[in-house]
Amino acid sequence: MDKAIDLDRFEQAILPHLDAAHNLARWLVRGGSDAEDIVQEASLRAWRGFGTFRGSDGRGWLLAIVRNTCFTWLRKNRRQDLADEFDENIHSHEPDAPDPERRLFEGLDTQRVQQALENLPAEFREAIVLRELEGLSYKEIGDIAGVPIGTVMSRLARARKRLQKNLTAPVGKEA
Amino acid sequence: MRCEESRPLIDFYLDGELDALRAAEFELHVRNCEACTPQIERASKLRAAIRESARYFVAPPALKLKIREALRAEAGIKESKPSRAETVAAWWRWTTAAASLAAVALLAVIVTPIFHPRNAQNEIAGEVLSSHVRSLMASHLTDVTSTDRHTVKPWFDGKIDFAPNVQDFAAQGYPLIGGRLDYIDHRTVAALVYQRRLHFINVFIWPAQSSTSTEAKPETREGYNILHWQKSGMEYWAITDAAAEDLQALAKLMQQ
Repeated sequence: MDKAIDLDRFEQAILPHLDAAHNLARWLVRGGSDAEDIVQEASLRAWRGFGTFRGSDGRGWLLAIVRNTCFTWLRKNRRQDLADEFDENIHSHEPDAPDPERRLFEGLDTQRVQQALENLPAEFREAIVLRELEGLSYKEIGDIAGVPIGTVMSRLARARKRLQKNLTAPVGKEA
Repeated sequence: MRCEESRPLIDFYLDGELDALRAAEFELHVRNCEACTPQIERASKLRAAIRESARYFVAPPALKLKIREALRAEAGIKESKPSRAETVAAWWRWTTAAASLAAVALLAVIVTPIFHPRNAQNEIAGEVLSSHVRSLMASHLTDVTSTDRHTVKPWFDGKIDFAPNVQDFAAQGYPLIGGRLDYIDHRTVAALVYQRRLHFINVFIWPAQSSTSTEAKPETREGYNILHWQKSGMEYWAITDAAAEDLQALAKLMQQ
């Protein structure tokens, strides 16, 4: 009977966030069926570890498990998708102000934005998806990704810089 | 605050990560700074482009079902068949629910004509709400994306039979993001889209029945703030999930 009550609690606290979980997994591994497998695996892991769930933030808790499952999968199957950690630790000094001559986003199509996002390293993609699509704060993103707020800020800044660059370059010239 | 100080804060400001004091200082600076405005526009355009274009991959229903089943199996809980007593109880619940629904419907038929004017407003508020939600969901926030009112205003020409007053309030913290056609109260209306930090504000405009001006009337529906007013022969319905004060401030700007 206890199990049933626990499962009830789990279903109410955690399962409402399956959409967010699937969205994150889908953006990270970029394949429909892989993402579904990961969400299912992560949900079962979440259930097994539910005894340690103390907080009220079911979404953050589930997303942390999902992202860890995704990064394990990426390290095994798609290493080239991961940001070069070495590179990330050196603060790059790209100029803050982008070229004002480039007038952008006129007639920008969905396909191009989607593509530009998919071309980002996984860690950057994660930061952008959690910030822009889930509306999470730096602190919440840091908790999910297991990194300090400073790293979240630098990932977001660098991701945006790359997006600005790729989306302002003339069509056909983006990297 | 000077430009050197405000520039690095643009992202933090738009991400809603500045404390109230710093945010106020930032706003005070950029309101009077022509050099900072295009930088902020660039940054908010990028955000808008991502939110409008990036797909949100909701979990397929079959996956949700599969997960629930897998959880039950793991927890060792079998889906039990309802007993006969439960079946009868369920049938009784449905019957009484249906009866009360019918009573409500009957009441509505009787009462509606009496409250008609109020009810029409009520219906429009409902349409405004669903248009707003739809515009954010279907990656169809704007038909014409521009912060330049000189682009947005002519875009409406020939598409509608009235000329909405299009103004950009970026300097006041409400950048115009674009416009779109929508359909409310059985007619085509102009929708202007403004941004307030992380939130969007849809303002629906169409010609009013009379040329009286009215005070903005606030309302809250399903967590969204709505304001309705009339000015110079036009109906204005503004809706957002931003704070009510923010919406009031935009309405004030538009009423000037």
